[in-house]
Amino acid sequence: MAVMTMQQAITDALRISLESDPNVLIFGEDVGVNGGVFRVTAGLQEKFGEDRVFDTPLAESGIGGMAVGLGLQGFRPVAEIQFIGFIFEVLDTIAVQASRMRFRSGGAYNSPITFRTPFGAGVKAPELHADSLEGIIMQTPGIKVVCPSNPADAKGLLLSAIRDNDPVFFMEHLKLYYALKGEVPEGDYTIPIGKANVVREGTDATIITYGAMVHTSLKAAEEIEKARGAKVEVIDLRTLSPLDTDTILASIQKTGRAIVVQEAQRTAGAAPEIMAQIAEKGILHLEAPILRVAGPDTILAQPLAEDLWVPNPARVVKALNEVLDF
Amino acid sequence: MMGEQLSMVKASYEARVEPITPLQILDVDGNVVNQEAMPKLTDEQLRELMRRMVYTRIWDQRAVSLARQGRLGFYAPVSGQEASMLGSEFALTKEDFILPGYRDMPQLVWHGYPLYQAFLYSRGHQHGGQIPKDVNVLMPQIIIGAQYVQTIGVAMGMKKRGAESVAITYTGDGGSSQGDFYEALNFAGVFNLPAIFVVQNNRFAISTPIAKQTKAQTLAQKAVAAGIRGVQVDGMDVLAVYKAVEEAREYALQGIPTLIETLTYRFGPHSMSGDDPTRYRKQEETGEWEAKDPLVRFRNYLQGKNLWTEEDENAVIEEARNAVAEAIKKADEYEKMTIPGLIDTMFETTPKHLEEQKKDFS
Repeated sequence: MAVMTMQQAITDALRISLESDPNVLIFGEDVGVNGGVFRVTAGLQEKFGEDRVFDTPLAESGIGGMAVGLGLQGFRPVAEIQFIGFIFEVLDTIAVQASRMRFRSGGAYNSPITFRTPFGAGVKAPELHADSLEGIIMQTPGIKVVCPSNPADAKGLLLSAIRDNDPVFFMEHLKLYYALKGEVPEGDYTIPIGKANVVREGTDATIITYGAMVHTSLKAAEEIEKARGAKVEVIDLRTLSPLDTDTILASIQKTGRAIVVQEAQRTAGAAPEIMAQIAEKGILHLEAPILRVAGPDTILAQPLAEDLWVPNPARVVKALNEVLDF
Repeated sequence: MMGEQLSMVKASYEARVEPITPLQILDVDGNVVNQEAMPKLTDEQLRELMRRMVYTRIWDQRAVSLARQGRLGFYAPVSGQEASMLGSEFALTKEDFILPGYRDMPQLVWHGYPLYQAFLYSRGHQHGGQIPKDVNVLMPQIIIGAQYVQTIGVAMGMKKRGAESVAITYTGDGGSSQGDFYEALNFAGVFNLPAIFVVQNNRFAISTPIAKQTKAQTLAQKAVAAGIRGVQVDGMDVLAVYKAVEEAREYALQGIPTLIETLTYRFGPHSMSGDDPTRYRKQEETGEWEAKDPLVRFRNYLQGKNLWTEEDENAVIEEARNAVAEAIKKADEYEKMTIPGLIDTMFETTPKHLEEQKKDFS
């Protein structure tokens, strides 16, 4: 085990993927010589050559289209979209071309593409660099959405994503790149896509969350245990599409109370989908309404107000108190 | 500068594009006007080209009639564009990969894609898109321009594998306005890709005329900004189109991509879904282009060489009618789609939530 940041763990996964499969190609804006604006691809071009790791012109749709074409030729493209807000320029590839390839061709073709993109508030990034756009992709049939919360998960999930024969949208939270260190197993390992992880066990309420909000939720769980002795279970979804409903329902059955915590806006995204599934399949286990803690339905606040916008432990504690007191 | 007469002479520091003339080998009557550019095709190849053009014209006429009877789904007629479509495909090898626009079914069929699947595709059957393993084509693209950016990936893949093949894509004059169009040309130049970009300029994007599409004098000149080859060709002259693609293919294999503008015209409507071209095209213009019919021109040329007879023509017409009838029969008898069947083509392994959703449809 080595202690790594999430950025280092992702680089490690990319390195292993390049070593273990000659068809893996990594490309995007500034990923070559510069090693990526967050240094995630640092040293990879040097080690594996410009044929495997290369810079593209500054055109996201071109990057996406190229990934689809390379996929048709038997390659396994890992395309970096430099910041999440730029996916709108390549949404045709992500939400239409790659996601529909298998379906449109009746299974004759596929798009084994990983779209990596940084996202997430908390580092005072400029506008359209930090939004949480997972809901848009979750509504797209034919693509998986993965969002790790820690270095070890990031490595194992990314290796799964790259080896998946279908497209995966892989979201890397900006705040976790450098700030969070953790033990990361050495060598090649994968964490299955579509399996959630119970990161804190509890009996009184369940928090369902993902990404950086896992850490916010864990803090809230500790605070509420200190304050009133309540034991709160925390589920790190790891994958947003397909959702691991079984793990969620098993927890609800035990605790009878649930809140969903996400950084994205409240409406029509991950949280509402999770709440709907609990309502459909687990309503008889519930002792209280399901609540959500989320960003407001505005554009992500500009850098100086983003800490006020993003859910914090206090807001999570408030929601927990509400379901516990119901 | 206000009020002054602006000089028509370009300053040395102004970007410029010199006027060009399209490549033509046969004039409208089928006379050879450019022997130097004449491709080296055998008599059998010339006859095969004619066979394909006649066959495709008959297929198109049958398809239009079937669409009118409600027996097809989406259908975009191709008459008028046979030289542009078939001349270009004829210059390819089987290993070359075609990324088509929605009207480009003929190139796919002549590259090996079965006709009955073209009809399944038109009707919206999923298996229409199930390209056979040894046929190097993609399903017709719906999003105008997306096939252009995907072409750079296919071409790059071929280059990385050291393959002696090229990727070729098609769009229309409207498609040349898309951002993807330029992104593709630009990437192809930067990465020295074995790619051919065909823009079939049939003068109208549904109803919007070329003058409302661009101020550029030609679409071919759009290659200049990307630093790649751009050529313009008489798209009603099958030999000129063949020659342009044959040449572009040689360049492509050297890592030099080409944009080919074919000047052509669709005789029919945009699609069989209620488009009425008399709303936006003048009858005189359509008449002028009908006089340039690529079949008439090439037939005259071949008859002058004693390579084509009325019997030949009638035999192909018969062959095409039978082939269409057979393909339609096969499409009619084809297994029906089911929702569980569709669900199983969403992912390599169907996830649990989709397995559960099958139950609503069994």
